[in-house]
Amino acid sequence: MKSNTKNQITREEIEHIAWLAHIELTEEEKKIFTEQFNRILDFFEKINEVDTEQVPPTYHVLGIINVERQDEVGESLPQDETLKNAPKKEDGFFKSPRIV
Amino acid sequence: MPRHYQISALEATWLIRNQELSCEEYILSIFERIDKTEGKIHAFITLLREQALEKAREVDKLVKKREGQGILSGIPIAIKDVICTNGVRTTCSSRMLKDYVPPYDATVVRKLNSEGAIIVGKTNMDEFAMGSTTETSFFGPTRNPWDLNKVPGGSSGGSAAAVIAEDVPLALGSDTGGSIRCPASYCSVVGLKPTYGLVSRYGLISYANSLEQIGPFARTVEDCALLLTIISGHDDKDSTSANLSSKDYVSLLKEDDVNGLRIGVPHEFFGEGVDDDVKDTVWEAILKLESLGCTYDEVSVSSVSYALAAYYIIAMSEASSNLARYDGLRFGFRQERDEGDWATVYAKNRKEGFGAEVRRRIILGTYALSAGYYDQYYLKALKVRTILRRDFERALKEFDVLIGPTMPVLPFGIGEKIDDPLTLYMCDVLTVPANITGYPAMSIPCGFKNNLPVGMQIMGKPFDEETVLRVAHLFEQNTDHNLRRPNL
Repeated sequence: MKSNTKNQITREEIEHIAWLAHIELTEEEKKIFTEQFNRILDFFEKINEVDTEQVPPTYHVLGIINVERQDEVGESLPQDETLKNAPKKEDGFFKSPRIV
Repeated sequence: MPRHYQISALEATWLIRNQELSCEEYILSIFERIDKTEGKIHAFITLLREQALEKAREVDKLVKKREGQGILSGIPIAIKDVICTNGVRTTCSSRMLKDYVPPYDATVVRKLNSEGAIIVGKTNMDEFAMGSTTETSFFGPTRNPWDLNKVPGGSSGGSAAAVIAEDVPLALGSDTGGSIRCPASYCSVVGLKPTYGLVSRYGLISYANSLEQIGPFARTVEDCALLLTIISGHDDKDSTSANLSSKDYVSLLKEDDVNGLRIGVPHEFFGEGVDDDVKDTVWEAILKLESLGCTYDEVSVSSVSYALAAYYIIAMSEASSNLARYDGLRFGFRQERDEGDWATVYAKNRKEGFGAEVRRRIILGTYALSAGYYDQYYLKALKVRTILRRDFERALKEFDVLIGPTMPVLPFGIGEKIDDPLTLYMCDVLTVPANITGYPAMSIPCGFKNNLPVGMQIMGKPFDEETVLRVAHLFEQNTDHNLRRPNL
């Protein structure tokens, strides 16, 4: 079995990635995730055994490219329906937190 | 004489149409049954008693007037809570969406409604369909009706449990890496993941959009075929929907040409990590099919050993993108007070709104897509996907279907594996190839070990669901595993 020296992810890297994904983690979770992620990434190394030279990637199994339709106006939801699930709203707008 | 709640969907359609069964009595019987079982198994998140009974009375009126009846007129069905229902909360078993009420119906729900089906409730699942045990639900786990201390499988555990508990004859689930077939196997019901593109995903809340499909659960292959007939077909609202003419899978079942049908048995499906009990039971089933006129031969699909890693890389990458929409602003969980700047508020909403497994997959997916790792993980996994597709295409040139176990191990205990994500991922090893390739695959009951069900997986060629269903039907007609019921 391969040793897990190849791709050790550090706690600092996990903090950085979690920040990119906009997910706050507790100190305890950072510790647990670091250990779990290293085991999972180690398992992911398995695909490196496959020779994929000259093999194209498959993004999608159907091979459909560019589905088009007539540019016609269809039904859309009224404003109150659209805002119905928003936790905070004001004067017909979604209310966002402070940006700057 | 079976009780009303026990009859099959197909039989119930005849009885209702011929006024031999009042739809109101039928639906009352269904809710009596749910009242009896729900406290034990917790299959549902939301029940729609009043709405369902009202609709049942309307069906009875229409039947008397002999008008306006759909194919599923008066038939009760449960819907996995990842599929949007207009005006009925759709939670994905997540705190993030616990109060989310969709303002529209998924295409499959619209089709069911227009055929007269009666939605009795929304079923429990793993949060955002990420899991194979139904333990990660914000609303608490579903229990396996065969042994209440065991998991029912997942992520569509509520749908499968409700069907075998005789709460409903039909249910819908979704399958991204085995989420229909795994609980079908663990609960001893019939469950089918259709070919990618056969069923519209419009209104299915996305987890990994290039892998997942909505599909049917039932207690008989015939009922499964009936539900597939209703939900399949092209939809303009899903750009990945295949443009094919629709089929009547129930009448296709009756075409009697299973003789000489070629079964391929990939020996990788019986490899390391698969329990001997499971192997033996599935082999017995294959020999049974041989005795019924099929032929079989072993085949190798060697790239299967890379499927699981490739699957998780692709699924997590897609999840990180699909779940970026949950910011707590337009819908979803938002903290009472906004503390800090926009990015901080967003990160706090997502911390509180998502459970651990969802956060794990989003963060790992973000990692796999990030600069410096994209080629190594995501792109590499997509190339492995090409190799897998070629391998299965080759195997299915020689054979009509491929057969093996659905799950490598028997249903295990609630709490037994949940703290060890990687061990849990390993349980998906036999189901993920169908999602990576897009091919159809179903699980049917094929026996019991230690009073726990074993499921057999039948994989077919793309858009050849009828052959998969026909093999399943042949087996079911000549065995009695599907007639066993748990004591509830």
